[in-house]
Amino acid sequence: MLEIKNMNKSFNVGTVNEKQVISDLSITVNDGDFITIIGSNGAGKSTLLNLIAGTYMPDSGSMALDGEDITYHSEIKKARYIGRVFQDPMMGTAADMWIEENLALAYRRTKTRGIKWGMSNKEREIYRKQLSRLGLGLENSLNKKMGLLSGGQRQAVTLLMATLQKPKVLLLDEHTAALDPKTAAIVLELTKQIIEEDNLTALMVTHNMQNAIDIGNRLIMMHNGKIIMDISGEDKKKLTVEMLLRKFSEVSGEEFANDRALLS
Amino acid sequence: MIKLVTIQSGIAQGLLWAVLTIGVYITYRVLDFADLTIEGTFPLGAAVTVVLINAGVNPFLATLIAMAAGVVAGLSTGILNTVLKIPAILSGILTMIALYSVNIRIMSDKATVAIAGNSIKKIVAALFPAGTVSNTLSTVTGVIVCALLIIFLYIFFGTEIGCAIRATGNNPKMSRSVGINTDLMTIIGLMLSNAIVALSGSLIAQFDYGSALVNMGQGTIVIGLASVIIGEVILIHKEHNFAYRLFSVVFGAILYRTIIACVLTISGFKATDIKIITAIIVAIALSVPVFKEKAALTKKRKSAK
Repeated sequence: MLEIKNMNKSFNVGTVNEKQVISDLSITVNDGDFITIIGSNGAGKSTLLNLIAGTYMPDSGSMALDGEDITYHSEIKKARYIGRVFQDPMMGTAADMWIEENLALAYRRTKTRGIKWGMSNKEREIYRKQLSRLGLGLENSLNKKMGLLSGGQRQAVTLLMATLQKPKVLLLDEHTAALDPKTAAIVLELTKQIIEEDNLTALMVTHNMQNAIDIGNRLIMMHNGKIIMDISGEDKKKLTVEMLLRKFSEVSGEEFANDRALLS
Repeated sequence: MIKLVTIQSGIAQGLLWAVLTIGVYITYRVLDFADLTIEGTFPLGAAVTVVLINAGVNPFLATLIAMAAGVVAGLSTGILNTVLKIPAILSGILTMIALYSVNIRIMSDKATVAIAGNSIKKIVAALFPAGTVSNTLSTVTGVIVCALLIIFLYIFFGTEIGCAIRATGNNPKMSRSVGINTDLMTIIGLMLSNAIVALSGSLIAQFDYGSALVNMGQGTIVIGLASVIIGEVILIHKEHNFAYRLFSVVFGAILYRTIIACVLTISGFKATDIKIITAIIVAIALSVPVFKEKAALTKKRKSAK
């Protein structure tokens, strides 16, 4: 269980560009929750994920995972229990290293690295089995450079890397946004499948409202650094895109402004 | 005419400089960090070795201590870069400039200190028949040292820490997301690279110069890069394993030294012209991909007509 209490984060403090991106935000993520996050541009969606992952430190507030206070744990320390997939397919993998080397790096996410071999033959079997879950035929090209794969393939492998050691929380930051619609659908389907099969707790930022409604058990909408809507269970299943847009203008008094969301 | 002995001396020197190039390869290619520290570490290795030898220390031990001094230099640049967040190039320059003062102190305010006592060269020479030429001694030692380094580094970069260093150079953001301490990996890489560069300075002082020169580090980064790039342009055309890549770097260093040695035999060239020749070689080697692309494009255009 991840508990965030009264978290605040501002950027460019003390300058004219000062902006409070996260404002007194509190949320409790239960084990097994698959939360989709939507919101207009600058709502603080990515910042929230970066705060959870430790890329940014909060100005105030607290964060606890399974009762342990992790508010000021570093990004590297948090990587032991948090898996991440970024929006940019180039960001999640080492392009000049082999597929199996990338997986071996991720396999050691929870361990302290020493001078043992970077990979064993036994692991190779695990990787082959895991890659075959993707259904992309990558299990036969373990020695292929990551950089030679397409964006969609790389995102799929990144997803696998983030979940190879079961994370306590999986963070997906618009991880299908840079892909073409067909590939995006495949990667999204894989995401659903892996999260269900491995029974993961996940937060997924998306710009696609229909996706946000269709998948996961809980949906939150953010605006100006706050959560303005938190719907789960049966209520979530009844949602429509129109309802979301109406709800948004009701709560915020503004039109929903997300260039990509309007287009998709 | 170019004489055989010129080529032999080019190969002999090249093998000793190849050690430096291997060090440069680790920072420049593996860590993606243009490390200027080495301009100070190279004479540091020489100075520490020569001064210790002259104080009666065993040459092998003196060389090992010189490498340890290189580790400290790498650590300094690493801390400036990762803890104090100073940009890579500037961190290297700061340590390099500081090392100039350190080296002068080590050499007791002299610009040159000659080896007065024993040296690894003399120890190696004792294993060969009397009268064996210097080039042979350098070549044999260079081959052994380079081979050992390639084997060691091939194994090291296959370990968990080695893989983590490679990942850090390749994609730091991703590395952190899989729990790699990228700061620590950068520091380890720099320490390793500078230890190897100090070893190179130590060997060149013992085998080639017979002394430590406070200015011997000048331009070493460009020489190192020139060798790395020449080796890659000539030998690397597809996917190769790490050991072969290191071999290509050694080959580049040998070729570079041989070219320089040959050019200097042409009348009209002076030893001080080495710098401009190096600059030209690097510029040519770096522009090869551009020319290749242009040639391919011209070919396409012609066939399209």
